[in-house]
Amino acid sequence: MFKRIWTVMQKEFIQTLRDQRTLRIQIMLPVIQLILFGYAITTQVNHIPTIVADQSLDAVSRAFVDALTTSGYFDVIAAATSQAEVVSAIDAGRAQVGVVIPPGFAAHVGLDDAQVLILVDGSDLFTSQSAYNAATAIAQAHASQIVVQRLQRSGQVRPDQSWLPLDTRVRILYNPDLKDLWFLIPGMIAMLLQMQTVTLTAAAVVREREVGTIEQLLVTPIRPAELLIGKIAPNMVIALVNMLTILGMGVFWFRVPFQGNFWLFFALALLYVFSGLGLGLLLSTVSQNQRQVQQLNGMIMVLGLLLSGFIFPRSAMPPVIRLVGNIFPLTYFIPIARGIVTKGIGLAYLRNEVAALAAYVVVIMLLATWTFRQRLD
Amino acid sequence: MSDAQGQSWPAIVARDLVKEYKTAGGVLSSARQRGPAAVDGVSLTVARGETFGLIGPDGAGKTTLTRVLLGLLARTAGESRVFGYDSMTEPYAIRERVGYIAQRFALPADMTVMENLRFFADVQGVGRADQRRRIPELLEFAGLTKFTKLLAGRLSGGMKKKLALACSLIHEPQLVLLDEPTLGIDPVSRREFWSLLGNLRAEKGLTIFVCTPYMDEAERCNRVGLLYNGRLVTCDTPAVIKQAAPGHLLEFTPSDFVPAQRLVAGLAGVLELQTYGMMLHAFVDDPLARRPQIEAALTAQGIFCIGIREIEPRMEEAFISLITREARKGI
Ligand SMILES: Nc1ncnc2c1ncn2[C@@H]1O[C@H](COP(=O)(O)OP(=O)(O)O)[C@@H](O)[C@H]1O
Ligand SMILES: [Mg+2]
Repeated sequence: MFKRIWTVMQKEFIQTLRDQRTLRIQIMLPVIQLILFGYAITTQVNHIPTIVADQSLDAVSRAFVDALTTSGYFDVIAAATSQAEVVSAIDAGRAQVGVVIPPGFAAHVGLDDAQVLILVDGSDLFTSQSAYNAATAIAQAHASQIVVQRLQRSGQVRPDQSWLPLDTRVRILYNPDLKDLWFLIPGMIAMLLQMQTVTLTAAAVVREREVGTIEQLLVTPIRPAELLIGKIAPNMVIALVNMLTILGMGVFWFRVPFQGNFWLFFALALLYVFSGLGLGLLLSTVSQNQRQVQQLNGMIMVLGLLLSGFIFPRSAMPPVIRLVGNIFPLTYFIPIARGIVTKGIGLAYLRNEVAALAAYVVVIMLLATWTFRQRLD
Repeated sequence: MSDAQGQSWPAIVARDLVKEYKTAGGVLSSARQRGPAAVDGVSLTVARGETFGLIGPDGAGKTTLTRVLLGLLARTAGESRVFGYDSMTEPYAIRERVGYIAQRFALPADMTVMENLRFFADVQGVGRADQRRRIPELLEFAGLTKFTKLLAGRLSGGMKKKLALACSLIHEPQLVLLDEPTLGIDPVSRREFWSLLGNLRAEKGLTIFVCTPYMDEAERCNRVGLLYNGRLVTCDTPAVIKQAAPGHLLEFTPSDFVPAQRLVAGLAGVLELQTYGMMLHAFVDDPLARRPQIEAALTAQGIFCIGIREIEPRMEEAFISLITREARKGI
């Protein structure tokens, strides 16, 4: 039995190494995806194109605009005179955030009733959330600074004053260090790994069926399970290489601090890779050709992204939707990856997720082998 | 079942074998309807050492029958055994003892000739020492010695089939099942392939089960089964099958084909009419009497009749005759 598995593995490695071009793509693809994704996110959070209509043009209003731009979140790309002009710039897509400062800003600040209107392009979820958070936080920080300055000048400094709790509020809202990326990189590792393993495995089996070689293999004494195990071996190696490159780039390039135990992460990632391989096998047994594999895989990726907690927190989902999310291995690995990489927690805190992932791997592998046997016809 | 028991069984036994494909829909469809039977109650026996030809037009069910015998497809009803091992319950015992060439070229095309031979040898559990002896032998036998480093996908059609044969023989099976092994290869390669098979039969006493649509290949078999619409129409030696055609056979070339065909088919004493290229083959009860009558009837319509003569019915005529009768029964 082991001899036959070894034989199939040798065959798969010969074939994998023979097609160097595809192999290079398979190794490079996640790297490229990570770079695109990583930069897409950083540019969305920073340097949001902003148009400012400063109708006061006094020292206080200029100081406020400075506070916005020095944060790095907002790039003032144009100045306007009216609110209408600001709106039309956002409509046209030239700016994603507009700031309108009404006339007499300095005077109103003195009277404690100054108002700033901030318009955010709501069509871009990521940007608008970042812009909203950043703008309110900066405004509050700026306001509190003014109040503090004023109090200092009047000599009535009361640090325990309870009606100015801006410090704490600011910390919640303000997101100075691209923490989104810290949060997203572990999720991306999970996502890209799933994409790779599922596609590679499903394609490998379906291709064998499409070109007809599966028939000549099945007519030998190779058992279906042996064939499947042998077939996924090279994909596992590729997936591990992918995992290490993504992780390496995340840590060394995007400067995501790796808080937890690397070897724990590595071991659990290995377990996770098996879940993707199993899902790929299952996919291949229900697909007739490569196109169907790609369509099904695309569907799994999109649903996985939406339902796994990668973007939207699972705690906010209705129970039925949360249940559907359990189909995707991503759902189990994201809390593990975030826990180890970002929070630095150990196995003790991840027991449930690890158990769920292990159970998932066992179930999916059995299911894949079983359906594979059934579908020889 | 023990091997000793297996020795007493014929190479292949099928009894009332039925295979119905499930209609499209796959695992996702819950309602599985039954399609028409691709193999419809076939009974046959292939003795050890025999060369058995399964003949039939495209879609007759040859591939399906072969796959069911090997346990690659689940049978719907009946019995199928290879060396006494049940196709469904003991497929691996069968697969260790037989070689198979699929209709479509099914060897990994991105592996070299040598890698292919090694792979199938390993998978069949052929030891290293045996491999060192067998592989050069088979390469020599198949005329592939010079091409060991070539990718299998780059071989010509004939060489691909020879490589497939070599791979299927690597574990010294007692039986090979060949599904249209000469499909799409040139006549010279076809002859070469058959002479390879002839050597195997003579030297090793190999049992050969071969599917083919070619009548000349059928004549090379000890026994032939004619499959049509999933049913075994006849199963006998080529000599006996040739007798199946009715009456005597007249061959001629009419100057105006379509009207001649219509006319002759309606004449008294014409049992059956077949077309053969630009020629007509008329089976008649009495060739001496009917020959002038046919010539006269055609001349009356202004149609010349070139080269009319009586010929020996060949396999081809016998098969067409049998199939035509079978088709009429179906209606
Ligand atoms: N996988 C399949 N699913 C459904 N029907 C099939 C399948 N394979 C073959 N058939 C049908 O079964 C019949 C027999 O086909 P086949 O065994 O390939 O014939 P042959 O090998 O003699 O050309 C044909 O009518 C064909 O359409
Ligand atoms: Mg066929």
